[in-house]
Amino acid sequence: MGNLAVIFVGAVLVNNFVLAKFLGICPFLGVSKKLDQAFGMSVAVIFVMVMATSVTHPIYTYLLEPNRLGYLQTVVFILVIAALVQLVEIVLKKYIPSLHAALGVYLPLITTNCAVLGVTIQNIDSKFGFVESLVNSIGAGIGFMLAMVLFAGVRQKMENCDVPECFKGIPITLVAASIVAVSFMGFSGMV
Amino acid sequence: MDFLTPVLIVTVIGLLAGLILTIASKFMAVKVDERFDDVRNCLPGANCGACGYAGCDQYAEALLKGDVPTNLCIPGGAGTASELSSVLGVECSAVTPKYAFVKCNGCSANTQKAVEFDGPKTCKAAAVFYGGDNACSYGCLGYGDCVSACPYDAIHVIDGVAKVDKDVCVGCGICANTCPKSIISILPVTSTVAVQCSSKDKGAVVRKICTVGCIGCGICVKNCPSGAITLANNLATIDPEKCTNCGTCIEKCPVHAIHFTSCSKDNG
Repeated sequence: MGNLAVIFVGAVLVNNFVLAKFLGICPFLGVSKKLDQAFGMSVAVIFVMVMATSVTHPIYTYLLEPNRLGYLQTVVFILVIAALVQLVEIVLKKYIPSLHAALGVYLPLITTNCAVLGVTIQNIDSKFGFVESLVNSIGAGIGFMLAMVLFAGVRQKMENCDVPECFKGIPITLVAASIVAVSFMGFSGMV
Repeated sequence: MDFLTPVLIVTVIGLLAGLILTIASKFMAVKVDERFDDVRNCLPGANCGACGYAGCDQYAEALLKGDVPTNLCIPGGAGTASELSSVLGVECSAVTPKYAFVKCNGCSANTQKAVEFDGPKTCKAAAVFYGGDNACSYGCLGYGDCVSACPYDAIHVIDGVAKVDKDVCVGCGICANTCPKSIISILPVTSTVAVQCSSKDKGAVVRKICTVGCIGCGICVKNCPSGAITLANNLATIDPEKCTNCGTCIEKCPVHAIHFTSCSKDNG
């Protein structure tokens, strides 16, 4: 249990996917304008990360590794994750329309998100078992949500600020993102 | 022949994924109402939200579910309403086109600024700062939040006051929701007389800060032949349902706060 807790806290705070590893920056900048959108996107990311891990981990362990094909992981994982997300979307649309209405817009965006691929490959590289991998991906997803929600708050504050003309839009957003990232450096070395 | 295994594995995974997706999309296809595209094509696609739904797609969905009147689309007007009715096979009810009207005439000749505002040049920011920089706390701030909100380019700030171009305005009401002072009202086009002031201050206060503000004297109320004007909180309001656009109040108003809306541009 202690081991799992360390993995979880490490994934949420210390190795935060967005603010410490700089993965998944495009949704971080793109969908963080409004708090509710940021939250919806994050929930979808957690969902997809857990689903992707539970599928890619067995594929690596039982298919790629025995055949000494570890170098194929990137290609195979992208393929599997993309197909999986599409399948999930179809299933949600049919059976849980309300959830599809809430997550639907974000699902296709996440299909080839680097954070999702990143977490699956990190699980393999860290030689995690199946349960450890799942905990790590939940942690990574919650870390993503934390970063998104924090940053959405910062951006909403920034809307009423008088930003110099040359910094308007993406530049000031990147500056703000880097300052938020610096705050997460305080966690480094904790685990 | 070592390279065959990886090629085979990737191919098989790809084929499997494709197969599963194809089968899934066949078996779990959600029935989409065939009329959706027809209904959606009738709507203008501005996604302005004047109908009360988030956008044209949502209004189209609500229409297909039924029990929603076809005349809610204000930009589309009567044309859209009759088209929708014919597509859906329901009765068409009349639409009165609407337009936005800014209830303030405080241009630089008529009123003054009380303080110099050095913050971000938006009405929202100015309104947060002690209600704005105007001498009149009800007046148009003139930083043009409504101008940037208008999807039709129908509203412009002229000499510190927002003016609506009645020919371009479709009456979607986005500007009215954006205005932090809530001084934009949506009127039916049949109504062409309006009080161009929102001040609820007492007459003496209004006199001091604005030459064209409503002082709440009640002369218009007494003189209106159709009883369409009411006085509340030191401000006259014209009920567009009762008003016959006779113009008596415009002549009688001692401060010239009431105008024909079509010529509001010339007056200010």
